[in-house]
Amino acid sequence: MAEARPVPDRAAWRLAALAALALLCVAAFMSIGLRGNLLFVLELRAMRLASLIEVAVAVALATVLFQTVTANRILTPSIMGLDSLYLLCQTVLVFVFGGFGFANLDARLKFGGEIALMVGFSLALFMPMLRSRIDVMLLLLTGVVLGLLFRSLSSLLARMIDPNDFALLQGASFADFNTVRADLVAAGGVVIGVGALLAWRYRHVLDVMGLAPDTAVGLGVSWSRAAAAALLLVASLVAVSTALVGPIYLFGLLVVAIAERIVDTRRHAVLLPAAILVAVVTLVGGQTVFQHVVKGQSALSVVIEFAGGLLFLLMLLNGRRP
Amino acid sequence: MIEIERVSLQLQGAQILHDISLTLPKGGVTALVGPNGAGKSSLLSLIARLSPLQTGSIRIDGMPVDATPGSVLARRIAILRQDNAVASRLRVAELVGFGRFPHSRGRLDAKERALVAEAIARFDLTDLADRYLDTLSGGQRQRALVAMAYCQGTDYLMLDEPLNNLDMRYGRELMGTLRRLADGDGRSILIVLHDINHAAAYADRIVAMRCGRVVAVGTAAEIIDADLLERVFGFRMRVESIGGRRVVLHHR
Ligand SMILES: Nc1ncnc2c1ncn2[C@@H]1O[C@H](COP(=O)(O)OP(=O)(O)OP(=O)(O)O)[C@@H](O)[C@H]1O
Ligand SMILES: [Mg+2]
Repeated sequence: MAEARPVPDRAAWRLAALAALALLCVAAFMSIGLRGNLLFVLELRAMRLASLIEVAVAVALATVLFQTVTANRILTPSIMGLDSLYLLCQTVLVFVFGGFGFANLDARLKFGGEIALMVGFSLALFMPMLRSRIDVMLLLLTGVVLGLLFRSLSSLLARMIDPNDFALLQGASFADFNTVRADLVAAGGVVIGVGALLAWRYRHVLDVMGLAPDTAVGLGVSWSRAAAAALLLVASLVAVSTALVGPIYLFGLLVVAIAERIVDTRRHAVLLPAAILVAVVTLVGGQTVFQHVVKGQSALSVVIEFAGGLLFLLMLLNGRRP
Repeated sequence: MIEIERVSLQLQGAQILHDISLTLPKGGVTALVGPNGAGKSSLLSLIARLSPLQTGSIRIDGMPVDATPGSVLARRIAILRQDNAVASRLRVAELVGFGRFPHSRGRLDAKERALVAEAIARFDLTDLADRYLDTLSGGQRQRALVAMAYCQGTDYLMLDEPLNNLDMRYGRELMGTLRRLADGDGRSILIVLHDINHAAAYADRIVAMRCGRVVAVGTAAEIIDADLLERVFGFRMRVESIGGRRVVLHHR
């Protein structure tokens, strides 16, 4: 818990080092290889930086919160079928409006609708379980099954649509850190900012929730209400990050595992910022490297998912927490 | 005062508790005894609002447990459950510090820290304070969990088989500590015990349960009786008086 021992000093020091590294990545991202119309390039980069940072914050927060509520270190929100639901949304939209109509939908309207849909879905999924006490295993099982269902529905629909429209859909089905959704950066920033403020405000409650449901109740936390609130926040964050760059499955797992290793604590006052900083370093730093060193020969998202997959296997094989 | 009125509990079609009414006055040490599956833990969970009340009512100092905000109850009553799996990787001092959460909401100032340190010292955990829980022995971990419940500083302290894993010395020290908390600080202790002799030696009041019903309530002198114990536990044991104290020879 809070400031109990000299140990947090070490965590604070490591947090500062992480912050410095993140700043370095941001500076490199903004400054390396500047050419041409400076103002224009800087503006473009700032926009991309903002969207990368938004994704980093959203994924880090969503994963930490999800792991705390479900007392699980190996699963991430995408296992609940949230990303798959997002994909299904895209497919249904293309199916209904056709490729041209899909491309011409008002982005902000679509964004708002998607967030509402995903939050609504989470409510429908969790509320019956939360009425008594949340059963995490049941929740995860439901998530896995629904995720499968959504994915097979999407591929079924995808088979039925025009091949040209299908290409458009494929673009939406994979994470892509290169395209910037300038139209969504501001709206996403608001959602993520509010989410981050809420998570920070309730960081001590989250610590208590990490103990065990009954222990949290014994300490005066209303478990079902707190868990529902946390999961709704997770759903909104996943919706935002998926809308910005597409589905990323194992990035959260990777980032939180690394952050927990670095600060060696599960206290949210330390772990939340640490996970965010690691995510920023990975995304912004990784994107810089890919743009200027590897020169885009492969995609950052592929490398991240590959590393995340390796870690996932390692964690399963080790059978213990990171 | 804990007032339990006509409480029944059904789980998955099985009747776990049958129409229990019981009043536990404020103060003193109350031991809850009974065979496995008698419903002791279930009753404790209901009192501590860990599981939802189905029928009947339970009031703590007049506050109904199902209608009082959890954060208010957390300053009145602390519970240590029988099986405690702590998910997070925690140090002993951090775990004990969580006991202060209902009062501090997570912000430990000097006063709160002093209380945590006192709890750590009281349960002889000073040398272990910086160790991670998953590196401790079963008994050491049990003491840390008891210290956390104690640290909550509540008028009512409910402990479900806290002697689990404790060696004879720490078991005796824990019972002595609880006795002092009741006598000196006026705290009310409700404790589930399997060792009937511990109950006889330390408790002011013994509640005996069997098959979801309260069979008997009384002082040690009233409960420690060969016939009554046979009714509760289902086998005959010898009851002797040694140095004016009742001792149950249940081993063979
Ligand atoms: N979740 C549950 N679903 C169904 N039955 C349950 C559940 N929890 C407990 N029971 C049953 O309720 C009865 C009472 O259990 P309880 O844990 O209260 O007993 P106890 O007196 O604490 O026993 P012990 O001394 O072994 O700890 C048992 O028969 C048990 O099998
Ligand atoms: Mg029990």
